Amino acid sequence: MTGYDYYPGCSLKGTGKPYEESLLAVFGALGVGLDELEDWNCCGATAYMAVDELKAVALATRNLALAERSGKDLVAPCNACWLVLNKTNHRLEDDESLQRTVCSALGATCTVPNTADKEPLTYTGTVNVRHPLDVLVNDVGVDAIAEKVTKPLEGLTVAPYYGCQIVRPLSPFDDQDNPVTMDKLLGATGCTVLEDYPFKTRCCGASQMMTMPDVGLDLVSMLLEDAVARGADVIAVACPLCQFNLEGYQPKVSNLLGEKVNVPILYFTQLIGMAMGIDHKTLGLQRSFVKVEPVLAGRSAHE
Amino acid sequence: MTTEAMIRREADRDLEFAAWFTGLVGEEKLRECIHCGVCSGSCPLAGHMDFGPRKLMYLAREGFADDVLGSNTLWLCTSCYACTVSCPQQIPVTDVMYALKRKAIESGKAQKRHPVAVMAKGFTKMVRKRGRLTEGYLIAGLALRTGVHKYLGMAGMGINALRTGRISLRHDSIKRHDELTHLLDVVDQHREEVAAK
Repeated sequence: MTGYDYYPGCSLKGTGKPYEESLLAVFGALGVGLDELEDWNCCGATAYMAVDELKAVALATRNLALAERSGKDLVAPCNACWLVLNKTNHRLEDDESLQRTVCSALGATCTVPNTADKEPLTYTGTVNVRHPLDVLVNDVGVDAIAEKVTKPLEGLTVAPYYGCQIVRPLSPFDDQDNPVTMDKLLGATGCTVLEDYPFKTRCCGASQMMTMPDVGLDLVSMLLEDAVARGADVIAVACPLCQFNLEGYQPKVSNLLGEKVNVPILYFTQLIGMAMGIDHKTLGLQRSFVKVEPVLAGRSAHE
Repeated sequence: MTTEAMIRREADRDLEFAAWFTGLVGEEKLRECIHCGVCSGSCPLAGHMDFGPRKLMYLAREGFADDVLGSNTLWLCTSCYACTVSCPQQIPVTDVMYALKRKAIESGKAQKRHPVAVMAKGFTKMVRKRGRLTEGYLIAGLALRTGVHKYLGMAGMGINALRTGRISLRHDSIKRHDELTHLLDVVDQHREEVAAK
């Protein structure tokens, strides 16, 4: 098996573009292949499940069916996509009649004119859906990453924030209450990992920031205030929605808290890439609303 | 001064709904709920809810459909699964919440034009049309349907996102779009056939 299939999900083509850019750069530098799944569709996310369960399962299964053709593990970097695809695997395994219904619907799609694929789609349940945290720690290994570090992030204190859906309700590769995979990877970059960050798996508010902003702001403020109070220079994240919520509304959070909050929110892949000496543009750092460069400069002034 | 009666009466119960809810969770499982309140205690949004998860489960079990399906609880739940993993009786509270959301939309009892329900519907429509989601258009559609004025305060963030290339005005779409719509239609047909039986 060489490399992995890659399921970007919609956010990594939009607000989470720097996650895709840095992920591809880091995997490339480590010599690990990521092939984008051909013609993938939306995973359904949490919104679809709130409207139509059967269709939500069918949507997710189409992606799994496409991935099954290659026989490789499927890497899904967005926490929500990762959970939806994993949960779908579990549901299909537990419910044979659901599996039959969805597979017969998938098989029927080959009758559609103009579909490039004439071979009927089907899914037997063999695709392993993996998060990049899992792949980097358990397949590539922390040592292999540490070996590639040329510009250690010394003097930078980073709070690892995992969010909810990669540890709940399933937690196949990390501790549910106190996950540490990101801590380990950040440790390899030479930064100081803020180990004592009790909110590391508390909800970021998800789409509430858009639908009910007052509620979302309440949750985000708590996460930011606590990380900063504990001395974080940067917060590291592993999910595009967490990233956007924590970064996008800091002026509003500052008003709410009565003190200025201005902390860079970076993907763990951006931090690893920086430590590997990959240039900032390749890692999508110019897309940040809160820039990391002043923090890095301030760090050398301290030394 | 007006007051609202806080007492629920026997006559307000919808026994059909209670039976549906019992079937959903499983009678035995539901009986195992000891109403310890750990679900509500672990919920990061309980403070904003009409009823926390524990009360909601209780009301649903007793058949108070209007209270349950019309509550803001369903739309505040972000599916973070804190309740599910902390329940000492292994009741899948988040999955129950999903089922209640669907029931609220189907039955028309969901709060009118609640932004979360509006967004969820907009989301499914966009996925059907394009196969993928373009975040900027989802938010724009939400603002148009629930009141643009509420989103004026976010203009700065929107401009930042456009400037840094993180919101695109180009729709993302899949190539074999017919294949996807056919898949969704076949699922619908199947459901109708099952219902007819």
